[in-house]
Amino acid sequence: MIDTFENLNTNALPEDKFITGSCTISNGVVRKDGQTVLEKPGCTLSELLLSVYQSLDPGYPKFHKMDNLSKLGWLAAEILLQDTLVKERYKAEEVGLVLANANSSLDNDLKFHRSDIEVRSPSVFVYTLPNIVIGEICIRHGFKGEHCFFIQNEFDAAFIYRQVNYLMDQDILEACICGWVDVLGEEYKAALYLIEKKNNDKSIVFSAENLNNIFNNNRD
Amino acid sequence: MDSFTKNKIPDVYVVADNITSPLGKTTYQNFAALKAGETTVKLHNNQSLSFEPFFASLFNDNELFYPDKEAKYSRFERLLIASVDDAIKQGGIDPFDPKTVFILSTTKGNVGLLETEDEHPELYERVSLSASARLIAAHFGFVNEPIIISNACISGVVGIITGMRLLRAGEYETAVVAGADVISRFIVSGFQSFQALSNDVCKPFDINRNGLNLGEGAGTIILSSNQKYSSNVKVLAGSVSNDANHISAPSRTGAELAHAISKTLYDAGKSTSDIGFISAHGTATSYNDEMEAAAITIAGLQQVPLNSLKPNYGHTLGAAGLIESIVSIQSLKQGLILRTHHYEENGVTNEVNVCVTPTPTTTDTFLKTASGFGGCNAAVIFGK
Repeated sequence: MIDTFENLNTNALPEDKFITGSCTISNGVVRKDGQTVLEKPGCTLSELLLSVYQSLDPGYPKFHKMDNLSKLGWLAAEILLQDTLVKERYKAEEVGLVLANANSSLDNDLKFHRSDIEVRSPSVFVYTLPNIVIGEICIRHGFKGEHCFFIQNEFDAAFIYRQVNYLMDQDILEACICGWVDVLGEEYKAALYLIEKKNNDKSIVFSAENLNNIFNNNRD
Repeated sequence: MDSFTKNKIPDVYVVADNITSPLGKTTYQNFAALKAGETTVKLHNNQSLSFEPFFASLFNDNELFYPDKEAKYSRFERLLIASVDDAIKQGGIDPFDPKTVFILSTTKGNVGLLETEDEHPELYERVSLSASARLIAAHFGFVNEPIIISNACISGVVGIITGMRLLRAGEYETAVVAGADVISRFIVSGFQSFQALSNDVCKPFDINRNGLNLGEGAGTIILSSNQKYSSNVKVLAGSVSNDANHISAPSRTGAELAHAISKTLYDAGKSTSDIGFISAHGTATSYNDEMEAAAITIAGLQQVPLNSLKPNYGHTLGAAGLIESIVSIQSLKQGLILRTHHYEENGVTNEVNVCVTPTPTTTDTFLKTASGFGGCNAAVIFGK
């Protein structure tokens, strides 16, 4: 990579940005901002997703039609955005998403592939795209901004950091939900972050290192 | 942004490109075939893809794209290799250069392997897009970690926008943006389940349109921020938006695609009168074309000549945005706006200016739009 600081838009001298919230779901544990909010050891992914949904009681029947990838990402976003002012603070176009995973939509692709060829269902087919989870989060919260779904062999915090930095430094986004949502069978992990230009009492500096620390549950 | 800081951001130029499709194996061959009015969408009776006959633009079964004696690459990967190889040769770029990045765009990649290979855990790794990207990067010797975009039917346009931004940010000097999709039973049966496939050749924006045709193909665009290409066509700006409305039906108003178009115009420093023509997504599904025409109208581009290349290529999914952008760059270079086949009578509420005969042009600027499942929309402007 070339070091071209002089090429950066100096109007947007790397502004301070903050991780103002996070939510991770892995190994039966749901954490918000580093604190465990729900623990369900030993249950299947479907059971976990249902019990997280029930604990939130959001009254959103469409949830039950989603595939596990969308359910996982949708729940993580729901918890991430609880008690935040994202919807009040920003216009619909100012909030976007940068998500990634390793297995794309393979979990649901297998379900569609294994279904009877004569009676294949459009409601299964639509989830054979990884970016549908972005669509589901946008529908729920009314976000209309820039978004992209990337496929990575493993969570590449530095790449996500640079993508989000660009979108926010160029004022394409004022707030960004970024991170990782991956499901294949009983293997799953979600780690979503809320990135804003304003800090709050629990925010930490937006950096690849801090993304990784939260991803690995190393925070504090 | 004031003009001083704007000057600090490097321009992004199109260095070379390739289209590998049933119409031809180079951009030149493709454009010559399009000028001659050729389309490759036809009725296929292929039991391995569909029990019902269906209209699509497909390669011949025995098409190899790239000789692969060791059987190392899938059909999807061989198609990509053929396209990237030609573009690299046309552009004379060095894939080993550490300032070069490879961007791969696809909607369904190797999903067809689920149907042809025995299912086992290693297959899950083999069908992953990371596996494909790694193989292709190794084939050409790209040194940086490839970037993979899978964002439904806007993947190709998002690949171009992502490449443009990475070069503007100074992260790389050259971006090789390639997109491809091949058609499998998985894909055909999925679109059939949605009743999205036309029982005839597709008719974008027409009153009698009743669905899309699928297509196979690959497109590659090489972008550079090097000033030595300063006389080339530039990627001026691009934008992505979400409808936040429905995962499989487009926006009711088109306001979100319109927003992406307007933002792209603003960022490109262009007004609506600067846009010489629009390369539309124009899939010929009832909902897409209705929404797209509404968005174009909101953005003030209702009178601008517009074409859809879906009747020529079918919907090539993750390759569509690349293939259609590359054709349109040729339109700029050769001064000819291509026509939209099978269009006879307006079939959208907000009538748009569908180009029905090949039209000479002196324009140096065009708009490309795309939309897809998940409520995603993208717009990009190429020009001088």
